Amino acid sequence: MSILVDSNTKLVVSGITGREGTFHSLRNRDYGTQVVAGVTPGKGGQDVEGIPVFNTFHDAVASTGANTAMIFVPPRFAADSILEAEDAGASLIIAITEGIPAHDELRAFNVIKKNGRARLIGPNCPGILSPGKANVGIIPAAFFKEGNVGVVSRSGTLTYQIGNVIAQQGFGNSTIVGIGGDPVPGSDFIDIIGLFQDDPETELIVMCGEIGGDAEERAAEFIAENVTKPVVAYIAGFTAPPGKTMGHAGAIVSGSRGTAKAKAEALESRGVRVGRTPTEVAELAASLLGAAA
Amino acid sequence: MDLLEYQGKQVFARHGVPVPSGRHAQTVDEAAAAADDIGYPCVIKAQVQIGGRGKAGGIKVAQNRNEALEHAQAILGMDIRGLTVHELWVEGASEIASEYYASVVFDRSAKAPLVMLSTKGGMDIEEVADSDPDAIARLHVDPLLGFQEFHGRRLAFEARVDDDVVRPVGAMLAKLYDLFVAEEATLVEVNPLIVTPERDVRALDAKVTLDDNALFRHPDNAELRDPSNEDPQERMAKERGLTFVKLDGDIGILGNGAGLVMSTLDVVAQAGGSPANFLDAGGGSKAEAITSAVEVILSNPSVKAVLFNIFGGITRCDEVARGLIEAFDQINPTVPFVVRLDGTNDVEGRKLLAEAQLPNVFAESTMDGAAQKVVELAASA
Repeated sequence: MSILVDSNTKLVVSGITGREGTFHSLRNRDYGTQVVAGVTPGKGGQDVEGIPVFNTFHDAVASTGANTAMIFVPPRFAADSILEAEDAGASLIIAITEGIPAHDELRAFNVIKKNGRARLIGPNCPGILSPGKANVGIIPAAFFKEGNVGVVSRSGTLTYQIGNVIAQQGFGNSTIVGIGGDPVPGSDFIDIIGLFQDDPETELIVMCGEIGGDAEERAAEFIAENVTKPVVAYIAGFTAPPGKTMGHAGAIVSGSRGTAKAKAEALESRGVRVGRTPTEVAELAASLLGAAA
Repeated sequence: MDLLEYQGKQVFARHGVPVPSGRHAQTVDEAAAAADDIGYPCVIKAQVQIGGRGKAGGIKVAQNRNEALEHAQAILGMDIRGLTVHELWVEGASEIASEYYASVVFDRSAKAPLVMLSTKGGMDIEEVADSDPDAIARLHVDPLLGFQEFHGRRLAFEARVDDDVVRPVGAMLAKLYDLFVAEEATLVEVNPLIVTPERDVRALDAKVTLDDNALFRHPDNAELRDPSNEDPQERMAKERGLTFVKLDGDIGILGNGAGLVMSTLDVVAQAGGSPANFLDAGGGSKAEAITSAVEVILSNPSVKAVLFNIFGGITRCDEVARGLIEAFDQINPTVPFVVRLDGTNDVEGRKLLAEAQLPNVFAESTMDGAAQKVVELAASA
């Protein structure tokens, strides 16, 4: 098993005819993901290396039975594309686009929540990889193999860094989920950690947080009450000055709120092991798995 | 993007939020002319984005032209907690019967706008929240519904504002919410919101933070600048499209991906070093972007050593190596570089660097080892 994406995933990509969209869609297909359609308004009837392109999500879903949407369009069009995918009935929407206006994200999030029929991952995320099954997004799959570590992260490259050290210790991953670095993520740590808790293949959960907001603090509460599997955490941004956005739109210490220290303390007080460096996180994970084996 | 008070008040005025009339000034003469125009008493206010301006002597009342000249002279060029005052806002002095607090904030946790109102205005609201949380009325607004009149009434009654201003305060909250949405702000704060002896309701201060990602839809807002808050190195980085934050240490940092760069800063600090900057070269960086980034990092004379921490996903390590070799060709840096290349095309990248035999460039294979090395080099420089 794995969570969210697997061999049943039938992917439709909006923005498939763009340079990045084409590159990553084909890479996802090469990995074995069923990439069944693309959407670019005005390019319906064309194809990208055999993947049919439609004018609308509705046409794409009706013709191909796509159940998962990936959003690769520029920021000013992205919220509209997310809402179109939801309206067309995609049950999972993965938004890679970085730089979507916060109020657009707020509207999209609240529409999806109100309708209650789709799950949004991202925006501003690297996507989801279930090694050996499906890759949706831009995660470099070569560093990861099948295994029993579930990873959920606000950051892309940091995930690769930690995943790579875990892999070097001989462990693999059930699923790696990038929830993204924006202020209004479609899914939070608690949503994904809950899925990992219910996934029989996942034996240990690694969560990668960073400064800004209180998603890590809420995750700490959730883990204490609902999660029986071991969780190891990493928090980036201990040295970040207040009031500065550190690359990700959501990574900002506001006044005294959202600091790395407060997050690490919240997690540790709830029994979650927090590694001080990415290497230490991987070592903690490996030692816990080794002890369980 | 944070607006200065006067920029925020201009936005307020555009949306019908009552503010005292005032004028912007950049010189002592302009300030005196503005004061003459507005009439006395008037208030001369330093325009910098930091709290505690009044305590620092950055806000003064002038009773006549001489005092206006004197205050403007004293405040222009003043340093307020590290920021130099380049601009003034001169406005008519307001008589105050009551001071309230109002704000609309982007509540990330609830994923909805949060509107707050309190009769404890004119003081630090975080302190009020700690010492007397019940003194702040709070209401989340469903962004799909928008702010309704009943929201305003509920907040005004809950905060126990004076009965005769329940309606005007509610109306002001509605306008603040409207501008929060229309200008795509992430924060709109009025502290204090005043009631005058004539029972008029006005915004005496304005704090507005706009969403940078939405500025493309608001070209007028994108033009607003704050010269007191512009670091030349940050401006240089911005012009080159780099994600950069200046810090106060001596180790230059370049990495790919915001999370990895934040983590790199932390690991360097744990090794005993002090980072000079945050620089995310981004995914898929090409050689030119790396060369350009090196120039930005080295434009800070405090930098004694530089750390490259690359984990290649979309970014290819051979491209990064080419960029660094190109940078050495063009600018011939004198400080040592520690380079950690891992991930996509790392073998090729390391080979390129080895063949180039750059002076003072040290290859490391792990993030922790690279951090140790760069800290040692900076300490012995």
